[in-house]
Amino acid sequence: MKKTIITVVGKDTVGIIAKVCTYLANNRINILDISQTIVNGYFNMMMVVDMNDSAKPFADVSSELIQIGEEIGVDIHCQREEIFESMHRI
Amino acid sequence: MINIFEVNETNKMIEEQNLDVRTITLGISLLDCVSDDLNVLCDNIYNKITTVAKDLVATGKEIELEFGIPIVNKRISVTPIALVGAKAAKSPDDFVKIAETLDRAAKTVGVNFLGGYSALVSKGMTEADRTLIKSIPDALAKTTLVCSSVNVGSTRCGIDMDAVRLMGRIIKETSEKSDIGPAKLVVFCNAPDDNPFMAGAFHGVTEGDAVINVGVSGPGVVKRAVAKTKGLGFEELCETIKKTAFKVTRVGQLVAKEASTRLGIPFGIVDLSLAPTPAIGDSVADILCEMGLEYAGAPGTTAALALLNDQVKKGGVMASSYVGGLSGAFIPVSEDQGMINAAEAGALTLEKLEAMTCVCSVGLDMIAVPGDISSSTISGIIADEMAIGMVNNKTTAVRLCPAKGKKVGDSVEYGGLLGHAPVMAVNGFSCEEFINRKGRIPAPIHSFKN
Repeated sequence: MKKTIITVVGKDTVGIIAKVCTYLANNRINILDISQTIVNGYFNMMMVVDMNDSAKPFADVSSELIQIGEEIGVDIHCQREEIFESMHRI
Repeated sequence: MINIFEVNETNKMIEEQNLDVRTITLGISLLDCVSDDLNVLCDNIYNKITTVAKDLVATGKEIELEFGIPIVNKRISVTPIALVGAKAAKSPDDFVKIAETLDRAAKTVGVNFLGGYSALVSKGMTEADRTLIKSIPDALAKTTLVCSSVNVGSTRCGIDMDAVRLMGRIIKETSEKSDIGPAKLVVFCNAPDDNPFMAGAFHGVTEGDAVINVGVSGPGVVKRAVAKTKGLGFEELCETIKKTAFKVTRVGQLVAKEASTRLGIPFGIVDLSLAPTPAIGDSVADILCEMGLEYAGAPGTTAALALLNDQVKKGGVMASSYVGGLSGAFIPVSEDQGMINAAEAGALTLEKLEAMTCVCSVGLDMIAVPGDISSSTISGIIADEMAIGMVNNKTTAVRLCPAKGKKVGDSVEYGGLLGHAPVMAVNGFSCEEFINRKGRIPAPIHSFKN
């Protein structure tokens, strides 16, 4: 399974999760886990998703998510899970 | 499963603390390009590089995008050209033609630098070695991406003082032909075969046909971690550096393995060096200051650097399956804003830098010296640095940049990752008679270590 981590950081507003989830659903990207906190009024979310059946290649998903982030005023990053696994797990 | 705090920690390292992979360096053997016809040799070299490295830059960019980690440079290292060109190149101009071919190939595949315009002469020079060395000033003036290195000493063989004397003249001549030339030329003792960093990268003859070596960076990450140990003991300080170096190196290992798989080229090593850049906060000197020194160069600097270098290795070694290259903290002056500040404040002198090179990864690196420096003084500085490497079983190097028409206190701008440097004072007493002696310094004794 190609697990990918999507992070969303920015000022909290209505519909952030809805926007991102709608995009993922439309592109057949399955959400495995979501965690979210608010730090000093800033919205902080991490999603673990499975891109095995994704309708689009990684580069397109990544750039389109960045664009959605810009529309709602948050930073969205899309990274393969291995970078975090390798850094934080022996 | 990975949690949100770990994800945030990694992304903060990348976004705020300049964590990056400094380079993916593709080593390519050119031994099978050898011909006795110069044109055929150049064609073979161009074709081999542009074939083996054709996907290097695109693959680097893919990895950058998918993992969200910047890969600052994509580079190539090749077999030392003095070996490859020995049969075909009869004059310095012939070697310059090979340099121009390398430059063209590097531009075609889109890499940032190509290293390996090199000669390994720790015990003696062949005619080809000598001819290549004589061609260096023109080769570096006529190319933009080619880097050159000459290994003039080793712990096993001693120091070739004829080569040291010659390199003093060559560095001086290089600086007269091109301002940036000396920044692309390094003199080594105990040069490693698998170094991914420039200007000293070459693909050693002990290596396979092609290999992927990766150099990590991350002084900013270590600095931030060390800042949290203010007032704590050395145990906590060392543990913190080790853990941070581990994390940084794991990213290098991941990128190296990924690049290796995608390019179908074997993974060689991860180089654990802490490589600074002129960007604010991406400085090795700042780590030393964070440990409690007013400036790099203050008393205590050598001890602090020794500690840092050792802990980086201890943390990094476990994080990678193969470690190699230079592996340690780099202390270039022009590429490190903290070092520049220290030199400008008068805290850092050439002599203190020399002491620091006894315990750090490489040597006297990117130091601007007055343009009227004599070639014998350059050779004297090289000889001192080579002796440190030879006796202590370590790699040492000299990358001095005589600044044409400039004197102590002036500043030289190199641009990009090479940064800028204040021209530093050099001890003016003569070593000419010593340097003019012919022959070599014998290898040191390997027993009776006291």
